[in-house]
Amino acid sequence: MVLLGLLVCTALAIAYLRDLFAVVMLAGIYGLLSASLFVALDAVDVAFTEAAVGAGISPLLMLTTLAFTGRFEQANRRRFGLVSFGLVVIVGSLLILGSFDMPPFGSADAPAHQHVAPRYLNDSMDEIGIPNVVTSVLASYRAFDTLGEVAVIFAAGLGVLSLLMTAASAGAKPDEEQPQMNEHKILRVVSKVLIPPIMIFALYVQFHGEYGPGGGFQAGVIFAASIILYSMLFGLHLAKKVVNLTLLQIVAASGLLLYGTVGLLGILTGENYLSYNALAAHPVAGQHLGIIVIELGVGVTVASVMILIFFSFSGYIAERGGK
Amino acid sequence: MSMLALSYYNYWVVIVLMMIGFYVVIAQGNLVKKIIGLNIFQTSVFIFYISVGKVEEGSAPILAEGIDVYSNPLPHVLILTAIVVGIATTAVALALVIRIKQAYGTVEEQEIQIRDQQC
Repeated sequence: MVLLGLLVCTALAIAYLRDLFAVVMLAGIYGLLSASLFVALDAVDVAFTEAAVGAGISPLLMLTTLAFTGRFEQANRRRFGLVSFGLVVIVGSLLILGSFDMPPFGSADAPAHQHVAPRYLNDSMDEIGIPNVVTSVLASYRAFDTLGEVAVIFAAGLGVLSLLMTAASAGAKPDEEQPQMNEHKILRVVSKVLIPPIMIFALYVQFHGEYGPGGGFQAGVIFAASIILYSMLFGLHLAKKVVNLTLLQIVAASGLLLYGTVGLLGILTGENYLSYNALAAHPVAGQHLGIIVIELGVGVTVASVMILIFFSFSGYIAERGGK
Repeated sequence: MSMLALSYYNYWVVIVLMMIGFYVVIAQGNLVKKIIGLNIFQTSVFIFYISVGKVEEGSAPILAEGIDVYSNPLPHVLILTAIVVGIATTAVALALVIRIKQAYGTVEEQEIQIRDQQC
């Protein structure tokens, strides 16, 4: 209740403010608040992802963009301001009118809980054999769907690369570029202490996803966040020495390939595409193996695409010079 | 009446958030701001899905001894992947904004339109 109220306040402030720097910070708070709300609504896996994305990577990317496009929004008159406000009010009222047809919040006999959810909750322990139902639905029952989503993420990474990767930025960077934030000793020391635990935590999230909240998507984003933190504090050229760009592109593609290949193995062993039952002697063991491998594929692709996106953003801006 | 208001409170907040995001997208001219508005809109949809998946007295869908009622795991799966896809597509949008700034020298919608008409 309180969280929802805070969310509305934050959103209103975002709509009102013209200082985009403050807006981006508020967007980060908005992400953190919605992550807390997801915990309250039992969606721990979602909260994990939202905390890493909404409060971590997304504000970082927006800040990087702001460094190029300028901090302040122009105070020009809003054309059609009144018209759009009216439109928003009308659409909102219609939606609220429609909400009365919804089943009350939290009711157990709502149609959404009648279709496939009972099967996932009752049978997944026997069929897949892992306690986290979200992971078994994500990686096994709906694996084809997830494959498509990983492909979308990969395609988005390619899109950013093709938009921002110019011929010059692929070449060697000049050496004169000083490490940024040299003066922030405390930040540098703290981050040096923090980065290894973040990476280990990402691996834990990756391989513990079957038993607790976690999985490839969350782990990939957390891992990427540690590399991004490093490159923000120690400079892009140092970070590029740690993670090679070409290697990163190959890794991004191979994660997706790994996922698809596991699916093909399903066909070769006489099952359907992305069915892991025949990967090992026992169907449940096969499911375990399949889920671990495709979660690895997801994690690797997500992490490398996120790092690639950040590198191409800050590389492009470092080259053209910020405002 | 108060019970009714309570049981739809989540959905109404979702609608309010969605409309704030919608307003930012259609009424404000700065492209970065528009993307942030789109993100607010998107997050409101996420909250809507997760709210639909919540079951009263339910617990997080990680099977354990002694727990009988779980929230619906399906919306969690859909939204989990949607968040990561969302940040990837946001990144593409921001990259486009950077290229627009490079080409037009501005990210204000009206100025871009003026430039376009001059050509």
